Amino acid sequence: MSDLSKLYDAILNGETKNAIALTREALEGGADPLDLVTRYMAPAMDEAGKRFECEEYFVPELMRAAQAMKGALELIRPLLVASGAEPAGRVVIGTVRGDRHDIGKNLVSSMLEGGGFEVHDLGIDVSPEKFVLAVRERSPDLVCLSTLLTVTMRSVPITIQALKDAGLRERVRVLVGGAPVTEEWALKVGADGYGANAAAAVPLARRMLARQ
Amino acid sequence: MTIIEQLIAGGPVVTDGAWGTQLYARGLDPGDVPDSWNLSHPDRVEEVGRAYVEAGSQVILTNTLRANRVTLAAYGLAEKTVEINRAGAAISRRAAEGRARVFASIGPSGRLLVMGEVTEDELFEAFREQAEALAEGGADALLIETMTDLTEASIAIRAAEETDLPVAASMVFDSGKEKDRTMMGTTPERAAAALESAGADVVGANCGVGIAGYVGVCRRMHAATSLPIWIKANAGLPEFVDGRTTYRMTAAEFASYVPALLEAGASFIGGCCGTGPEFVRAIAQALDGRRTP
Repeated sequence: MSDLSKLYDAILNGETKNAIALTREALEGGADPLDLVTRYMAPAMDEAGKRFECEEYFVPELMRAAQAMKGALELIRPLLVASGAEPAGRVVIGTVRGDRHDIGKNLVSSMLEGGGFEVHDLGIDVSPEKFVLAVRERSPDLVCLSTLLTVTMRSVPITIQALKDAGLRERVRVLVGGAPVTEEWALKVGADGYGANAAAAVPLARRMLARQ
Repeated sequence: MTIIEQLIAGGPVVTDGAWGTQLYARGLDPGDVPDSWNLSHPDRVEEVGRAYVEAGSQVILTNTLRANRVTLAAYGLAEKTVEINRAGAAISRRAAEGRARVFASIGPSGRLLVMGEVTEDELFEAFREQAEALAEGGADALLIETMTDLTEASIAIRAAEETDLPVAASMVFDSGKEKDRTMMGTTPERAAAALESAGADVVGANCGVGIAGYVGVCRRMHAATSLPIWIKANAGLPEFVDGRTTYRMTAAEFASYVPALLEAGASFIGGCCGTGPEFVRAIAQALDGRRTP
């Protein structure tokens, strides 16, 4: 079997083609798919997140790593599903009503996917009703709300209220992110958690699920 | 002499404050793109520009930050791109009445090159189309602003240069521990050098997390280039008070940073999100005596 530390490096360095080739090679050589994820791929993403926190990595490096991870995971996921393995968690994500910015939301989606979460992206300018419908249909563990504009921040408590009114609030954890948002504000308006950036999203999501 | 040289020949230049927050205060629906008001509510947009000129702005911008085809497409307004930009430039020109110069605003596409969401060619074409329409509408200069990606900013500068108008370029520094990097990790030094080599006539910083941190950013950009420096900071970050989102920094507090900005090498000073005409008035007062009429 090839040297699997190379797979770790390929993901950490954001080499998508290389990561896919190494994953394919490892699987053909009989490697256990779950083992590849837990011992090499996920730790590489964790390291990328740490480097982001330490400012060795910025958004471009982080995103290249997430894309390499995503590419490798596409080979592995069908095998995991076939073996009955569950994703790390199910996420419904969207930019709140009135706001059509999607860079932050897309970055968080990529990081969560790279972290092994199953992500359903509702897009931008998502109404509270659409969030309610998605929670009802998909039974996610987490609902992630993104807002960039100060004028659309109020859509966050409105969406949370809509989940309450639909009797769904207790079934999910609500996480909030976006440039004008602070943790204090997020908790004040009734969210369960706040992520300061895309790298923070994965550990936050894991913490939230561990608490359930 | 170019327009830029004429402006700074008299000393530091007062630019304007925010447009978006001023338009929301005039009834713009949070779900609508502010730029669409250039066609539907030109009178209210003109009012914003006029208020800045009356407060002492020597340079006012245009309500066209998001009016590139790529961004407008998200609002179903791609086909109105040229019209919105021409109107935006013409509105600011009317508001200026010859008393202020119009620097027409070109903002980011909202798509990341690094994620493959848009190509360099698409960006160039979108910015070229916007720049041309702004020039036709009567802009005196073009301002590439609120940029987070140096590659996108450089593409926009090159596209803007096709009009032969002077081009200023400004990035957002709000990331990293010291909040002195762009979202992509670019330092002020690197940004200044790269924007200059892309062809900008003025370089600088706007938006961000408040004016205090932009003093250092200004100093570092100034050290890295001989071009004039443009600074247009936020009034801090919004806070949630009594169920409302508000900016707490006052105009006087904001203007108290003007001497430090001048010392750090700023030639153009104004405000971004959360600032209004009273901020411009305070900046103009702080510059009193430093300008020759």
